[in-house]
Parts: sequence; C-alpha cells; structure tokens
Amino acid sequence: MSIRAVAREAYREALPALGASVVGGLFAGVVLGGMRSELQQVPGLLVLVPALLATRGNVYGSLGARLATGLHQGLLEPSIDLGNERLRGAIAAAITNGLLVSVFAATAAYVLLGLLGQAAASLPTLVAVSLLAGLFSGITLTVAVVSVVFVGFRRGQNPDTLVGPIVTTTGDVFGMAFLLLAARIVLSVGGL
Amino acid sequence: MLPLLLVLSLVELGSGLVLGSFEDELLRRPSLLVLVPVTIGTAGNLGSILAARLSTAVHLGTITFSPEDDTLVGNAVATAGLAVSVFPVVGLGAWGLTELTVGATLAPTRVVLVAACSGAVLAVLAIAVTLLTTYVAYRLGLDPDDVVIPVVTNTCDVLGVLVLFGVVLVLL
Repeated sequence: MSIRAVAREAYREALPALGASVVGGLFAGVVLGGMRSELQQVPGLLVLVPALLATRGNVYGSLGARLATGLHQGLLEPSIDLGNERLRGAIAAAITNGLLVSVFAATAAYVLLGLLGQAAASLPTLVAVSLLAGLFSGITLTVAVVSVVFVGFRRGQNPDTLVGPIVTTTGDVFGMAFLLLAARIVLSVGGL
Repeated sequence: MLPLLLVLSLVELGSGLVLGSFEDELLRRPSLLVLVPVTIGTAGNLGSILAARLSTAVHLGTITFSPEDDTLVGNAVATAGLAVSVFPVVGLGAWGLTELTVGATLAPTRVVLVAACSGAVLAVLAIAVTLLTTYVAYRLGLDPDDVVIPVVTNTCDVLGVLVLFGVVLVLL
C-alpha cells in the first residue's frame, strides 16, 4: 500500500474512537470546570487529577484486555456469572489495584506538596476523597467494561477494539464526576 | 502490575504538580480548565492508537523501521492528520461548553488557538515518543503490546499537560 492509502485507512479507522473519547473528555472538563470551589477548598486535589484519571485507564483498561484475552482463548464464557472464579478474580484484582493506587497517589501528592512547600489539604482529607472516588468509579467502570466486552463479544465484535474507547470515555466522565461527588461528601462531613 | 501502576501514578503526579503551578490561571479562565482532561486524554489516545497499530505491524512482520517504510510513515501521517483535525474542534467544544455552564472569560478564537497549537505540538511529540518506544521494545525483544501502550499513554498524558501549560504561557 502507498503511504497515502495507509494514512487514509488509519485515519478512518481511528476517528470514531478518538471522537468518542473527545466527547467524554469534554464532559469530564465541564465537571472539572464546575468544581472550582471544591478545588479551592481541597488544595492539592487538582494535582491528583491526572494521576487518578490515568489510574482508571491503566487499571480498567487492563481488566478489559484480560477479559478479552480470556474470551478469545475460550477460558471465559461470555455470560456474566460472578460464581466464575476467573471473572471474580480479575474484577477483585482490578478494584484492589485501583484502590491501592488511589491511596498511594493521594499520600504521594501530600508528601510532594509538603516538600515543595505548597498548600495541601490534610492527609486524611486527600486520602478519603481519593479512596471514595476510586471506589465509586471502580464499581461503575467494572460494570461498564464487563458488560460491554461480554455483550460485544456475543454480538461478534472484537472485544479488544471495544475496550480502549469504552475505558477512556467512561473513565474520564465517571472519574471526574465521582471525584466531585467524593470531594462534596468529604467536605460535607466537615473535612477530616 | 502493581509496581508499574505505582510508578506511572508518580509520573502522572509530576504533571499534576505542573497543573497545580498554574491553578490560579486555570481557576480564573475556566475554558482552560475544561481543556485539561480532553487534552490529556486525546494526547494519550493519539499515542496509543499509533502504538497499537505499529505493535500489530511488528507482530505481523509487515514493518521495517526505515523512513521509507509505507506502513510506518502512513500511520505517522494519519496521527498528525487526526491531531490537526480534532484539536480545533476540541477547542471550540471546550469554549462552547464553558460558555453554556459557568460562562467563558476567554474569546472563542483564543481557546481554539490554544487547542490547535497544543494539538500540533502534541502530534509531533506523540509520534516521536511512540516510534522511539516501539523501536526500543522491538530491539530488546519485548512484546510491544505489553510495554509500549502503557508507557506511551502515560508519557503522552504528561506531555499533554506540559504542552498545554507551555502554549498558554506563550499565547495568553
């Protein structure tokens, strides 16, 4: 194929997924733009945003890839059966990793901001917001990834090509929305 | 998996610190705040789409790392084309949604300009990072599927914040 033909095909194949993630990213941005007062009340929260969004993508993208491989190899049945040990194990590992990384990122952000002499909310506040946001978005993303991958596979779609756009789009939107919800919950119990 | 995730979250915190350093500017100009997640995400996605396509070509043995290779150059051109066509729309979308929700303080042309310039710079960086990472993984005999995508996505995330910061500094 000529360069032109390769480029045209690659552009056409990538545009829908990229477009979906742009829409998701813009809505995540609207949530971020609307949480300016929370960002001011919890100093250090903005510093955590890229790490928390990326963790969603890394953890639940890998869950999706694992499920897709299991389906391709016939080790997983495309039915949502929580009695299945392989499925339960993959979900438990993803949620555990997601929560551990959330707590780690909050603690590391607190320490780094302290070392740089910049303002930060208390350690329990940052950890609580990060942990709650990680839990809410973890449950939502697990449901989204498992159902889309399984339903897609049953309908004859390649689950590998579904995982990326689903995780980036829902991860950004729900990741930000639950970060806002978690900040409001922690602030309403009076901060920690 | 966990050790890699912890390292990647530290890398992402680095870009978070950059964001934190221009927090006042972002709070004053919500259009820019709205641009943050979509710029990070789109930069990461551009890199990961190119990385996935190159990884498959490496596995199929249909690629050589030479500037005359059609698959290599064609995919790089497509990535640049995606960035140049998508980012101005991103800018316009960010301005429109800001205006509808909290009220934009910047002119739409400024926001589109910031997004378009960031997109052009990010396209070049995403292509360079992806080609380099895929080539190194290929040379070291590592499976590009395992290594390249997380490295490229997270590097492009960080570059997304840095480039946005740089462009805002230069243009506004």
